[in-house]
Amino acid sequence: MDWGLLLTQLMNGLQFGLLLFLLASGLTLIFGIMDFINLSHGSFYMIGAYFCGSIVARGESFFIAVLFALVGMFVVGALVEWIVARRLYRADHLDQVLATFGLILIFDAIVHIIWGPAGMAIPLPEFLDGQVSLGTLELPTYRLVIISGGLLVAGILSVLVTRSRLGMIIRAGASNQTMVEALGVNIHKLFLIVFAIGATMSGFAGMLIAPITEASIGMGNDIIIIAFVVVIVGGIGSVKGAFYASILIGLIDTLGRSYLDDLMKLFMSLDHAETAAPALSAMLIYILMAIVLAFKPQGLFPPAGIRP
Amino acid sequence: MTRPLLHISGLCKSFGGIVATDHIDLEIRPGFIHAIIGPNGAGKTTLIAQLSGTLIPDAGQIKFNGHNITSLSAPNRVKLGLARSFQITSVLLPMTVLENVMLAIQGTDGHSYRFWTPIHKDHEMLDRGMTYLQMVGLEDRARYLAAEVSHGEQRQLEIAMTLALKPRLLLLDEPMAGMGLEESARMIRFLAGLREQTTILLIEHDMDAVFSLADTLSVLVNGRVIATDTVKNIRANPEVQRAYLGDDHA
Amino acid sequence: MGWIPSTVSGRCYCIILFFLAGAPWIFLWTNQPFLLDLLCRGLILAIAATSLNLIMGYGGMVSLGHAAFIGIGAYCVGIPAYYDIYNGWVHLGLTVVVSAIFALLTGLVSLRTKGVYFIMITLAFSQMIYFTFVSLEEYGGDDGLVIYLRSEFPDFLTMQGPVALYYWIFSTLLLTLFLVHRLVHAHFGRVIVGAKHNEQRMQLLGFDTYRYRLTCYVISGVICGLAGMLLGNFTGFISPEMMNWIRSGELIFMVVMGGSGFLFGPLIGTGAFVFLEQYLPEFMKFLNPSWLEYWHLPFGLLLVLLVLVGKGGIHGMLSKLDSKAQQSSK
Repeated sequence: MDWGLLLTQLMNGLQFGLLLFLLASGLTLIFGIMDFINLSHGSFYMIGAYFCGSIVARGESFFIAVLFALVGMFVVGALVEWIVARRLYRADHLDQVLATFGLILIFDAIVHIIWGPAGMAIPLPEFLDGQVSLGTLELPTYRLVIISGGLLVAGILSVLVTRSRLGMIIRAGASNQTMVEALGVNIHKLFLIVFAIGATMSGFAGMLIAPITEASIGMGNDIIIIAFVVVIVGGIGSVKGAFYASILIGLIDTLGRSYLDDLMKLFMSLDHAETAAPALSAMLIYILMAIVLAFKPQGLFPPAGIRP
Repeated sequence: MTRPLLHISGLCKSFGGIVATDHIDLEIRPGFIHAIIGPNGAGKTTLIAQLSGTLIPDAGQIKFNGHNITSLSAPNRVKLGLARSFQITSVLLPMTVLENVMLAIQGTDGHSYRFWTPIHKDHEMLDRGMTYLQMVGLEDRARYLAAEVSHGEQRQLEIAMTLALKPRLLLLDEPMAGMGLEESARMIRFLAGLREQTTILLIEHDMDAVFSLADTLSVLVNGRVIATDTVKNIRANPEVQRAYLGDDHA
Repeated sequence: MGWIPSTVSGRCYCIILFFLAGAPWIFLWTNQPFLLDLLCRGLILAIAATSLNLIMGYGGMVSLGHAAFIGIGAYCVGIPAYYDIYNGWVHLGLTVVVSAIFALLTGLVSLRTKGVYFIMITLAFSQMIYFTFVSLEEYGGDDGLVIYLRSEFPDFLTMQGPVALYYWIFSTLLLTLFLVHRLVHAHFGRVIVGAKHNEQRMQLLGFDTYRYRLTCYVISGVICGLAGMLLGNFTGFISPEMMNWIRSGELIFMVVMGGSGFLFGPLIGTGAFVFLEQYLPEFMKFLNPSWLEYWHLPFGLLLVLLVLVGKGGIHGMLSKLDSKAQQSSK
């Protein structure tokens, strides 16, 4: 067994998991507190990448670009909440699916209009572009940046949610909205802030990944589905659940893709393993979700007292 | 003495730290109208939910007509002849009054995997539906949508649907809730007339209704049955008066 | 809905059906084969949307993974064709059996959940099968498969030629509409509709709603599979793209646009969708030649507006005409 490869794959899985967490934590809060299915949450991921890319293209450093793009994402999130989303909180889920599906089309078209149909590559500053040696192992520096960035945000969010007053209100809101209103909290303002923070984190994930994959139209439409799987597996409204589920799914997906064929060769012929493994590894996370829902219909960490 | 139709023993249910049902033992004999009274939050609704199968008890046993139904699903309990009505009217508003009753008939009428014949051409079922509507005096409302008729009429429909299930035991959850005096009086007369056909477990706030209808009475306080006796004896029971009746009849 | 329509909406639907029955001749006569193609595509999608309407509009089961069945049906033509099996009865049999099995297995799990969870789990299952076909290199993977010959039904009706194919599609649509109409008014359908409005009440009327819903889900899946089989035959090219979740979202759009829970809603909604998809880009081009590619923008806006202001879809608007006509006649 190649331990170096395993470690690399573990790091890749962790990186993917943390990116998922950046999307899923906002999604699960919006889901849990506002009872709002936002399919277009992945569009923020795309917009974040484009914001960052176009600032870098003006010659600014990557870090400055991320900083400005984050502010931009907060504004975009707040605007979307103010113009469209708040009108949908009380609508039924079907309407929410439909309207946010429309939003995806709108965002994709707007990006197309502003930045054109081609993707946008984002060059990394030189000092991030290299490799770091860990003993005998060479890891891309930028992978480590993504992982530490993701962990940093996860840490901040967890402190925010568990220690601050806003976090207390948010947690209460995820399990009992009427109670929060009874506490005299301006619910509109709370929703606006939660939505905008969610959009910012989603955008941040897009900024982090863009230097590797480049920014492209529709880049959020696939990852958002996996983020939804994370939310469901973790339990709607639970940031803690979203964190564990993200890491779990990130690792399963990455390791599945690289090791499932080896594993399957142990008990079936080489040919069969090579045809079946890619299909099965693509299905792994959905199988995980089906199993979790079969045993825990409200996910791994259902917030106390959530509506059934 | 006849064998009890419903036999509850040691029934317990709690939510988190709150005990909603605390070792309830109860027997209901066929042909009786048995009422359960108790202050708000005494656990009446939780009890009904466990009897009808929408809540699974933590411990204890429910026997119905000799069968142990403790872990039986709600639809199967209905098929055995245990039907309930709802405190909050839960008729199907977008359907007509007649369609609502016909659904109830369908429910106990074997299966409904009949894919082809429109239900409004099933004359036999239409007739049976009308019979139940006549019983509760709703026959001239048959073609109206359930959403269009008055609250009192929806309550009557609720009863007609429950009767259409041909229950051996009828669980009535506050059938008089939200009714005017006149409507209540009519409902009391109607329920009294059912005595011949079925056994009734009645949960009701309206004391006049309870005292005029019930043969036996149980008092539920904080999830416990503190007394079960005839109406006359319960009225005289000092503990009951202190715990409950005292509030109303001071 | 009676067979002699007395309402504005009823007459509209009647005219539409008559038009569809004669459409190929009109288009061939006026030499517009392209319009016939467009119509074929629209009617196939209408079959799929009608099947979604059965579970979603009547049964309240919002599935965001229904396009999976289109893909299954299409691959049930494509994979045999890849092995040079063109017998239509084989294709048909496979489509019915595979769609039913997939619906049964996924339904067993997903129908245990409610609301949002149901939406997400149907989505997850469709993604599962989407990625399965993406990774099946043997059958073209991402790039898909070309079907060189249409399904053959020896000694029965031919599917060759545009007109024959059109009538296959049209009659499947008619059958589907008729089936759904009978189904929802029969004993079975009443249970499905009842469970949409108050599932607990239905259970306490003695219905095991889970089983009825599962049956309904399987029926809907098979119908949608048939739409996929026709689509495979029509396009002659199939790929996993057919079952991307975006396609499922479009199906929901068609149903809601036309009027969810009404027999002809999906047909009208699909018509609107295909029309928009075809002519919105041209309209944008007409406004400004460089805007051609931006047609998703007004389309998305339309979707949002549909939800915010257009309750009841096109059927809802037509019904308003009905009630107005009734009032003025009184």
